[in-house]
Amino acid sequence: MERETILETRHLKKSFFVGRGREIVVLEDINFKVYSGSFVAILGQSGAGKSTLLRILARLVEPTEGEVLYRGKPLKEADAKIAVVFQSFALFPWFTVLENVKVGLVKSGLSKDEIHKRALQAIDLVGLDGFEDAYPRELSGGMRQRVGIARALVVEPEVLLMDEPFSALDVLTADNLRNDLIDLWRDGKLPAKAIVLVTHNIEEAVSMASRAVVLSHNPGRIRAEISIQLPYPRDRTSRDFKFILDKIYTVITKPAEEVPFLLEAGRYQFIPHAKVGAIAGLVELVHDKGGRVDVYALSSELSMEVDDIFPLIEAAVFLNFGEIREGDFILTDKGKLWAEAGALEKKEIFRDAALENIQLIKQIVQVLATMSKHRVSEDFFMDILKNHFTPEEAWNQLETAIDWGRYAELFAYDYDAGELYLEEPEGRD
Amino acid sequence: MKIPVSIPLETFRIRFVDVVVFIFLCGLLEFVIYVASEWSYPVERALQIDLDPRNIPSYAAQSLMRMALAYLLSLVFSIWYGYTASRSRMHERIMIPLLDILQSIPVLSFLPAVVLAMINLFPGQRIGIEIACILLIFTGQVWNMTFSYYHSINTIPRELREASSVLGFNRFSRFIRLDLPFSAIGLVWNSMMSVSGGWFFLMACEMFVLEDRDFRLPGIGSYIQTAASEGNISCILYGLGAMVFLIIVLDILLWRPLIVWSQRFRMDTVPPEDERESIVFDLITGSVVLRKLGDWFGDVVEWIEKSTYRIPSPRLGGVFKYIGKLTGAIELIALGFLFFWALIKVKGLVSSVSLGDLILVFKSACYSFLRTSVAILIALLWTLPVGVYIGMNPRAANILQGMVQIAASIPATAVFPVIILFLIKLGGGLDIGAIFLMLLGTQWYLLFNIIAGAYAIPKDLIEISKAYNITGWRKWRVLILPSIFPYLVTGLITASGGAWNATIVSEYVSFGGEILKTQGLGALISHSSASGDFGLLFVSTCVMAAIVVGINRLVWKRLFYIAKTKYVLE
Repeated sequence: MERETILETRHLKKSFFVGRGREIVVLEDINFKVYSGSFVAILGQSGAGKSTLLRILARLVEPTEGEVLYRGKPLKEADAKIAVVFQSFALFPWFTVLENVKVGLVKSGLSKDEIHKRALQAIDLVGLDGFEDAYPRELSGGMRQRVGIARALVVEPEVLLMDEPFSALDVLTADNLRNDLIDLWRDGKLPAKAIVLVTHNIEEAVSMASRAVVLSHNPGRIRAEISIQLPYPRDRTSRDFKFILDKIYTVITKPAEEVPFLLEAGRYQFIPHAKVGAIAGLVELVHDKGGRVDVYALSSELSMEVDDIFPLIEAAVFLNFGEIREGDFILTDKGKLWAEAGALEKKEIFRDAALENIQLIKQIVQVLATMSKHRVSEDFFMDILKNHFTPEEAWNQLETAIDWGRYAELFAYDYDAGELYLEEPEGRD
Repeated sequence: MKIPVSIPLETFRIRFVDVVVFIFLCGLLEFVIYVASEWSYPVERALQIDLDPRNIPSYAAQSLMRMALAYLLSLVFSIWYGYTASRSRMHERIMIPLLDILQSIPVLSFLPAVVLAMINLFPGQRIGIEIACILLIFTGQVWNMTFSYYHSINTIPRELREASSVLGFNRFSRFIRLDLPFSAIGLVWNSMMSVSGGWFFLMACEMFVLEDRDFRLPGIGSYIQTAASEGNISCILYGLGAMVFLIIVLDILLWRPLIVWSQRFRMDTVPPEDERESIVFDLITGSVVLRKLGDWFGDVVEWIEKSTYRIPSPRLGGVFKYIGKLTGAIELIALGFLFFWALIKVKGLVSSVSLGDLILVFKSACYSFLRTSVAILIALLWTLPVGVYIGMNPRAANILQGMVQIAASIPATAVFPVIILFLIKLGGGLDIGAIFLMLLGTQWYLLFNIIAGAYAIPKDLIEISKAYNITGWRKWRVLILPSIFPYLVTGLITASGGAWNATIVSEYVSFGGEILKTQGLGALISHSSASGDFGLLFVSTCVMAAIVVGINRLVWKRLFYIAKTKYVLE
């Protein structure tokens, strides 16, 4: 089959300027092609710029550098038939299902009857027959996303862009919708010639896509493109499936030397958003299972989405409690020690691990120690972090550091004043 | 099996509602024609207000028309201002603070400028004063609607905005399908507030003195005021009764159905603001005529929408863009010119103010500050226990809330004459009386917010405090005050603004042919407006605006921030 290039990105770069001429690079040198008949999954952790990339393809965001070609023409000038499915569905709550789908054809100039007919067809296609006159608030999450898909399909797009379309749904609903979508895609019932799916769920990508583009984060670059040539319907328990899954895990987490444990020039360590209690829970569980588990098997056993577990695993790796090898999570000696320790001892081990491995925590402790009052406003650290992260992400980073630091009793946090401070060891009452 | 929809089953079944609706529409038409015919008379003829109660319906109709026109004007202005302000960073930086200031300028300070301009435009004709009156009511009700619309269109969820962009909406579609529906709830609530504010100032807008010239327009406000000056108690009561009747009818026929209807525009995540029901709304939705009318209206809008996509070819689009940029530039230039023109004028105005006047302004400001503070304190003292009681006792709420709502719907200015009559009989002047008058206007904001706050205290927290035997003052300190704090602050902000606005009508009252006044900033504004001392009017208005904005920024905004971050129940 001859493969026709529909979308192509060339040296895409997206950056934001924050105060004092500082630049935060979200995406850098992104080059990839979307061929007709292909289902591309863009994978990466939160903050990797996946959604920004999708928004550039959808013409919602202008790239800082580089360009997107649509059938060889710059996207800006091309009359591109591109539709988007959103994470939060983005339905108009004041319109019925039918009206929400019709809205896609507002600018089409078709006759009223034709619009009506096509909208009904799209609703039929996603299996919402009989719900035409319902309002979105009457529907479950899964059905709402079906409306979102119908609205995207009604314009008969050549490219269907999907931004984390299943991540706001519960596990079973998401699975059901994925299967239905794949069936439509395989049977050629979708008007779209290509689908681009943004997700942080590796299993989702492997079960649906024909190719995975893996992004690194901070800044987002393409780390690998992995072809997924498995027959549909894909058997998640098959060896091939697991093999590809493990391969992508390895690509995302390895090579380890690229993970910036220590301060490098211009790059700041990214702390995964995980609570200490959850990390401890995971490490203890893995310890009970002999210190080595397959990540995918673990997630299905806990009936958690892989991406919910992932920050926990990553945090454990950061703290040197474990490592990833071929898609398996293996505890280090330190990790085993931590799992066995009692409550007080646990804090001590964690304190050492955090001080040794987590740049931000180390920095906070140092700053607090040098201050005469041992008290510093959170804004101080926010300013530092904002040079490296978006404001939201900066706050996430600080919040996680505060959670870890509080647990380790390295420092305390006064919520009302918004200040971090060292607790006086002798002055406690 | 689906029933084919094309057979109009319902049209043949005309219900009773449809007859009512039809009569109502005819009445509306007649009302508009009648009022319009009244306007073409020259100004001299309509100067006398006839106290015969038989005139009340006609007066009420004319007042209602003025309110309606002022409201429509406010709506259009709000939408225009909201869009223009969100057009660019620069527009936003100029227009939003400007709105904050405009909002704190009392209505009467606009009076001379508006009236003189209109009289010059339409010399000797009543329409000039009519337009002036409408513009005055407009200045009293437009600002909060504008804020609401601006705030709404800037808080539309990102994905909805992106969706409309991906779907290729043009500006018209965006307005009709996204912006307007999204802001509907806020607009309806603020419209309600605005219109009740309009009633409040109707008395001042329909009848006023400017440079010793007496202006009056036939209306329910001027009727009450005339009756008051003649000391005719029964006529005051007739007028008052008519006004309250009108307000209640409007509430039942218009606002309640609108609020119920606007609930369809809420986002899924937001629980309904008010689960009121409206019998009228249920009736209306049952009316075939109205439904057909609605369908027809929807078709027309859709047709317009469709044709908007046909017009701009790429070339034309360029021209439109150019025109858009040009108008934007012209707007900014015009604003700049206006600003400089005002600056030059102001120089002349300010130079006419002596040092003694400035000291007077300062002293008056202190008096008014004291008065508003005391008024708010008194309001707080009685609304806090009563509001908490009503809010925490559902059974009491059922009975009392309706009564409170009716009491609150009576515009305080309309009751002024009755109270002043008492004050005169008691022998007390306006010094203390003004506080009482202010209280009338402002206490309701507080009471409603406190009721809402107390009502929202989670039941489990109440039970826990019962279990731990927390009672008396401790219960207030631990449970009630922290829970209602955000509501309390919201109420205080509105009450404080309202109190300052009310100084103008409560510190300076014309009654029974004589003028009662006391020292205060409001009295100064009213007096200088009536006597045509524009320099003093300008300075005292500026001082008042500065005080209101200052208090807002320094006290309320901070408290509001604390309320939003710390005392919020998630």
